[in-house]
This record gives sequence, C-alpha cells and structure tokens, in this order.
Amino acid sequence: MTGRRRAAIAGVAESELGKTPHLTVLAQQVQASRAALAEAGLGRDDVDALFVAGNWSWSPAVALAEYLGIRPDYLDSTNIGGSSFEAHIGHAAAAIEAGMIDVALITYGSTQRSDRSRNQPRPATLTEQYDRPFGLPLPVGAYALAAARYQHEYGVSGAQLAEVAVSTRKWAQLNPVALHRDPLTVDEVLASPMICEPLHKLDCCLVTDGGGAVVLVAEDRWADLATRPVQVLGHGETTTHSTITNMPDLTVTGAARSGPRAMRAAGIDFADIDVLEIYDSFTITVLLTLESLGFCKPGEAADLFTEGHAAPGGRTPINTNGGGLSYTHPGMYGIFLLIEATRQLRHDYAATDPRRQVTDAEVALVHGTGGVLSSTSTVLLGRS
Amino acid sequence: MVHIVVDPESEPFWAGLLVGELRLQRCAACQRAIFYPRSVCPHCFAADLSWFTAAGTGTVYSVTVPHRAFGEFAEQAPFIVALVDVDEGVRMMTRVLAEPGSVQIGDRVRLAPNSLGGAETGEPGSVYACFEPVG
Ligand SMILES: [Zn+2]
Repeated sequence: MTGRRRAAIAGVAESELGKTPHLTVLAQQVQASRAALAEAGLGRDDVDALFVAGNWSWSPAVALAEYLGIRPDYLDSTNIGGSSFEAHIGHAAAAIEAGMIDVALITYGSTQRSDRSRNQPRPATLTEQYDRPFGLPLPVGAYALAAARYQHEYGVSGAQLAEVAVSTRKWAQLNPVALHRDPLTVDEVLASPMICEPLHKLDCCLVTDGGGAVVLVAEDRWADLATRPVQVLGHGETTTHSTITNMPDLTVTGAARSGPRAMRAAGIDFADIDVLEIYDSFTITVLLTLESLGFCKPGEAADLFTEGHAAPGGRTPINTNGGGLSYTHPGMYGIFLLIEATRQLRHDYAATDPRRQVTDAEVALVHGTGGVLSSTSTVLLGRS
Repeated sequence: MVHIVVDPESEPFWAGLLVGELRLQRCAACQRAIFYPRSVCPHCFAADLSWFTAAGTGTVYSVTVPHRAFGEFAEQAPFIVALVDVDEGVRMMTRVLAEPGSVQIGDRVRLAPNSLGGAETGEPGSVYACFEPVG
C-alpha cells in the first residue's frame, strides 16, 4: 500500500427521493452534485473527472458535463447496471493513483417512478431473441429463478428470505428519508402478493425516483476538505453472464470473484469489517451475495437475519439505510450504498441518531450487483 | 407477441422449430454443444461450428411462475417459465406447457414448439422452443 497515491470519498449526497416529477434526471444530478461538492468544501471547477451511468443519453458523462458547464479531461460512462458506481470508484481510484486526475465526481439520477411508461413492446434482437418470447418479467423473474434454485439446493424457506426484508425495515425505521418506515413482520412479507414464485412483493425492491453523487479526491487535497475523508481500500469487479439463462450457477454470483479481489487489494479480513452495504434488489440478492463473497457458508446467510445480527444493534450490521427494499431504489441503486457507507464511517449519525450509527465503524464492505445478477463490484472503504 | 429479429446466426435455430426440431451448434475443436447460436465457441474460442439436431429432451434446472407479466403476456399469467438443461449439454429458457405449480426442479421435459398465442405465420421466429412434461 505504501507509495500509492490514495483516494478518498470527500462528499456524498442524495437528491430528493421518492416521486419527483418536478425534477428531470439532470436536475436530480445537479441537486446531488452541488450538495456533495459543498459538503466536501469543493467547487464545480475542482472537478476534473466525471463518472455517470444511465440510459437517458447516448453518453451520460458527455451530456451531464455540458449541462453542468464543465469540461472534464477524464470521462467514464461505464454502465454495468446497479453495480456501476462501485466500478466507478475503482476506476476513479486507479486514475487518481496514476496521477491522471485529482477530483472525480460520480453521479446518478433516475425518474423511473414518474416515467412508468416503460415496457413498450420493442423487437427482440441479438442475444435477447432467445429469452424474450417466454414473457418472463425482468428483472424479478430472473431473481425468482435464482431463488427457486437456491431454495432447492439448500432448503431455505420463503420465511427465511423474508427475514432479510424484515431486518432491513428495522434500519429503514431509523432513516427519516426512507420510503417505508412501518414495522414489518415475516408473515406480512409472505402475505404480500406473489409476484414471481417464490418472490413476494415485499421480497422486491422499491420503484422510486432519485439521484446521488459521490466526490472522490486524491490525497494531496485531503487537507483542504471540509469532511473527514473515507479512504478507498480496495476494489474488484467482474461479470459472469448477461441473461439469466447464461448464469453458470444460479446460487453463485460474481461476488465470488470481485469480493476476494477487493479484500486482497485492501489487505482486509472479514473480521475487520464493521458494516456491510449489500445491494438488495431482492431478498435473494443479499443471501447469494453474502455466500458468494465467502462471508457466510453456502445456505447459511439467512441466519444473520433470523438471529438478528444484521439488524440495528447486531454484530453484523447490514444495509443500515433501509436498503433498496425499504429506503429507495431508483433503478440503479449502487450509488446509495456508497453514500450510506461513507456516512457510517464518518460517524455522521453518532450525534443525530446513535441507534443508526454502527459503533466504532472503521471498515465497510460495499457490494453492488447489476443486471440479473450479471455484474458485481465490491469496494472496501476505511475511516481515515 | 414479441417481434423476433431473426439474424444470420439464429435463422437455422428458428427454422428448425418450424419443423419440430431443436437445432443446436457444436464446436469442431472441443466437441461441446452451444446455445444460443453464435459465431464463436464460448468454451474454447474456436470458430468452426456446425449445426445438429438435438433429441429435444432435458431436465428442469430452475422454474418460476410469474403471477404478473407485462405487455402482451399480461393476460397469460400465471404461466411456467423454466431453465432447462438440455441433454446435449446446453441450458435454455423456455415456457413449460403445463398447469402452474405442476412442474418442479429435476422434472424431465421434452420439446413442444408453440407460438404462444401469436400468429402462425410459418416464418422463422414465430414458433418458440417451448417444452412439456414427459409422461
Ligand atoms: Zn469449442
């Protein structure tokens, strides 16, 4: 690690969340970017690299640069789904290490809830033509196929899947901007409408609008910052497939590869990790991720939730903002994982809500999953 | 129904379904079967591939029943979508033509080409590789 030019997160912010028809996808990213830069004590003209993922432009980074009025000399529109922003952290940290950039702005925005005119019939081309005729709703249907196979192999029940949603809701109850804050029981999850067997409605993430921004800064500039920097310790990313038909093993995600790469880069053991922010597009996503990372043995991840370890006050806090299941989920959720991990490692909640603050949090594991379990990216962050 | 854009790589597959055959590719270098159709072997990167007709039988690897579906499929739900491990060694997504709830992982199935309510135009891309339970 010595001698590397280090990178740290200096500012994070969400835009307005929920249903925001008054905001374009660009306006959301302006909101979040202004807030994240202001928090860091930086200005627009400090930004020399822009990272944006989205489907709203042929090149989101180019389009947003124009809208913000900046001309960054380093652009990255990498879109690997919901894990894009963890990948951006890795790419930006590498560019900082190489001395190519000093201040990277990573942004996301989505108006998917307000749009809701999706699912327009469109022709099935290239590799889509083999799956589309069968009418499987995506992404939920793909995750349902993974859940069914996982249940078959390990005898995990629907109630055990539901425990993930129940635990995550307990964190959402501590988050003032979470969409769903009422108490939730396993029975309520199982009684919610069946969407795609075995996944019920409350096994599925929310559909919201919203945006976020993260500012990553080279260590030369840390002394100027208004916040305590949260250091990037390690990163790994990979892909295993695009369509669910081509996932080699429905119970093992790319976390089995991106996780160890990130851990090795960081020189971190599982015992060092104080808090985990794990992409929870569906309850099954969390269980498969924890097991693929090697954090739990195959078939055993649900124990963390049924025994209360992942909930507030537990020894393995997971998804401390209420997750995509209860807090917010504007399509590609990965940036919100980074925002929450940063706040935990800065101990931002110690004063405002000690129940939400993970005590003495020093190291966080952030893990994004994109597509239909298609891509993963793992980031290790550390309190500096 | 979904408008399938048949292309030069996929045309033999779709044409086979019109005559009740499951046509797959095999790699001359590593001898492994390949699906979906493509121009390179995903196992060994060789490009010498040829078509053969599979037996059309397989085993259910995973299965789900959507209770809500979108667009033209909305009125068909609930129905069975499965991933089938075809005996020649490839995996395919399919619709299993059976009562929802009656198909389990490990069940044996066989090819049952079907247009799933779409127009039977006789054109490639109008009949799909559905399966049905064996026995
Ligand atoms: Zn081969």
